[in-house]
Amino acid sequence: MENQLFTFTVFSENQVGLLNQISIIFTRRCLNIESLSVSPSSIKGVSKFTITCFGDRPMMERVVKQIEKRIDVIKAYLYTDDEIVYQEIALYKVPTEALLDDSAVEEIIRRHNARILEITREYVILEKTGHQEETEALFIELEKYDISQFVRSGRVAVTKSPRELLSMYLEEQELRKSRSRQ
Amino acid sequence: MKEKISGADALMRSLISEGVDLVFGYPGGSIIPVYDKLYDYQDKLKHILVRHEQGATHAAQGYARVSGRPGVVIVTSGPAATNIITGVGDALMDSTPLVVITGQVATPFLGFDAFQETDVVGITQPLSKWSCQVRRAEDIPRAVARAFYIASTGRPGPVVIDLTKDAQTGMMEFDYEKCDFIRSYNPSPDIDAADVARVADLINSSERPMILSGHGVMISGAEKGLAALAEKADIPVAATLLGLSTMPSDHPLYKGMLGMHGNIGPNINTNRADLLIAVGMRFDDRITGNVKTYAPQAKIVHIDIDASEFDKNIATTATIHGDARKVLEALIPHIKERKHAEWLATFDEPERVEREKVVMREVYPSGGRMTMGEVVNKVSEATGNRAIVVTDVGQNQMFSARYSRFTEPRSMVTSGGLGTMGFGLPAAIGAKMGAPERTVCFFTGDGGLQMTIQELGTILEYQTDVKIILLNNNFLGNVRQWQSLFFNDRFSQTPLVNPDFVMIANAYGISAENVETRDELDAAIDRMVKHDGAYLLNVNIDETDMIFPMTPAGANVDHIMLTPTECYPID
Repeated sequence: MENQLFTFTVFSENQVGLLNQISIIFTRRCLNIESLSVSPSSIKGVSKFTITCFGDRPMMERVVKQIEKRIDVIKAYLYTDDEIVYQEIALYKVPTEALLDDSAVEEIIRRHNARILEITREYVILEKTGHQEETEALFIELEKYDISQFVRSGRVAVTKSPRELLSMYLEEQELRKSRSRQ
Repeated sequence: MKEKISGADALMRSLISEGVDLVFGYPGGSIIPVYDKLYDYQDKLKHILVRHEQGATHAAQGYARVSGRPGVVIVTSGPAATNIITGVGDALMDSTPLVVITGQVATPFLGFDAFQETDVVGITQPLSKWSCQVRRAEDIPRAVARAFYIASTGRPGPVVIDLTKDAQTGMMEFDYEKCDFIRSYNPSPDIDAADVARVADLINSSERPMILSGHGVMISGAEKGLAALAEKADIPVAATLLGLSTMPSDHPLYKGMLGMHGNIGPNINTNRADLLIAVGMRFDDRITGNVKTYAPQAKIVHIDIDASEFDKNIATTATIHGDARKVLEALIPHIKERKHAEWLATFDEPERVEREKVVMREVYPSGGRMTMGEVVNKVSEATGNRAIVVTDVGQNQMFSARYSRFTEPRSMVTSGGLGTMGFGLPAAIGAKMGAPERTVCFFTGDGGLQMTIQELGTILEYQTDVKIILLNNNFLGNVRQWQSLFFNDRFSQTPLVNPDFVMIANAYGISAENVETRDELDAAIDRMVKHDGAYLLNVNIDETDMIFPMTPAGANVDHIMLTPTECYPID
């Protein structure tokens, strides 16, 4: 089975310790999390984890079921890149002097659609959003200017599906609640 | 204004609101306020003082397994909390409902490496169904309500509540509401009618079906449904280790135990069946052997409450997600009455071979020293096959599983998934407390008994009527067997120098006797069964005794050793 990059989106109650519960599911199976980001979702009180990981589909499907089995996890979904719109952000810190000495800087920034966030006498901070290959491409170009710091965020992703699966699920749960209390 | 009570008091009232009348535990610094309040509730909440916190968890497991109700454990922080880990992990593997309450240092000390502080939530997360820390008295009732709901519904399991000392002493207004809904957790999924129809078709069109009955059948109380399904469609039934006693041993369709030391018929026919119907079981590697060669010819139907078990170890053809009892009730009306006489007859030859090659030697030896099989068989006979059988782990466990016969459900308590040596003695104590009207026979080895032997003190204190059959070969027998078969008889660290177990039992006020030879065995078992109270038989077993048949770890399910040198089928 071919390894490929999968994106997990996990919706959970906003509770201390959830991150650990989710991450140990990967650790135990010797799976390396490539990137991870956590934020509030569009639904109040629900946190959204976006996790990327390389693996084969059967293993990833087992993992998503194990995640969903955790009591405080509301729902977990597994996606390949074609099913989602995703983005990452990268920051680059470059010595000002190096950039000043080279007239190609403007061209690089334009071509990569990067932004300058800060300029001081000592350094310049650039920002670029995009897919990993795109932020990586800028990194490679800037390497000759002695990048002193570089960081790339975890992936954030939303689905291309017209139906909001989580909202539907939560509506079903409300029905279940009223049914069980009748 | 409402009366204000302490968090410790709220815990007592919450437990009573959940119908708890028995808890297993051990006091200590960070749980003293709870024990102080327990003093006022002794008439409603009986506390069993074990001799080690691990024992509390296994006793609670034994209690839960025979009664179906969550076992409750109360211990302190730090080392007590680390001592419960084995029991919590065992309960997770074997789907046993436990509610474990650990004391914790007061909130201001959390994270400062305070005396007896340990990260209980952190260490129990991978081993429990759910764990949480409660830091305020007013949060106790809700946490307890959720804990019982989570532990006992769906696929049962252990939950841990870590209760800080200031939460125990803080004051709150008590109000209790049982939990019956958590939006992120649906323990009783609706059964999909299309799945039921698909499975019914598969069963109705199969020529060589076999049912694999697991622990889930017992947990959901599906024993009658299971028998009804088997009888209607004339399907042979095999049980997993934890599924033993889901069908009476003498039922004509019951064909024995699956797995590494199971019966030949169900194991060999796993790779001949055209349909396996797995109910409440999880295709453990001790059942499947090599998964690549496991039942490649068969369609696989999997019925389970835990959807994460589907396609985990074995790829399925069809699944039904739900409670086994409800699923079987929904399924049976769609099942056609069938006869599978020819298929059923294929179990006869392996059964005959097993009897000739293994059972006769084990259960009816013509001479030599005593074997574990004959002892288990005689105890089963002497108790009318009605006892609850509790085992430790190792050869004693496999012999107990093979040669005990069962007439009623919830009669087998053993550590399956985790395989915890030392499980048995405390579990037997808990089992007796969970089913006081039944006889509890605990089979153990000299290794496992000594891992939790301090619980003889619990038997002494509560006069618990547990019959202890020590199958004593002065060896770690199961490891010895592997060393003998696969490691050239190099018995590395497996011989044991043992104490006088009869003297030890007597020191705890427990009647005991040595059984040195076969001619003493019947009378000794008779005395044990008739004795009013706990009893220990120290039976002198041949250390060369091995458990067969055996499918070596990782071998194909139909690779079955009958003796160290012979495999099935016999030429």
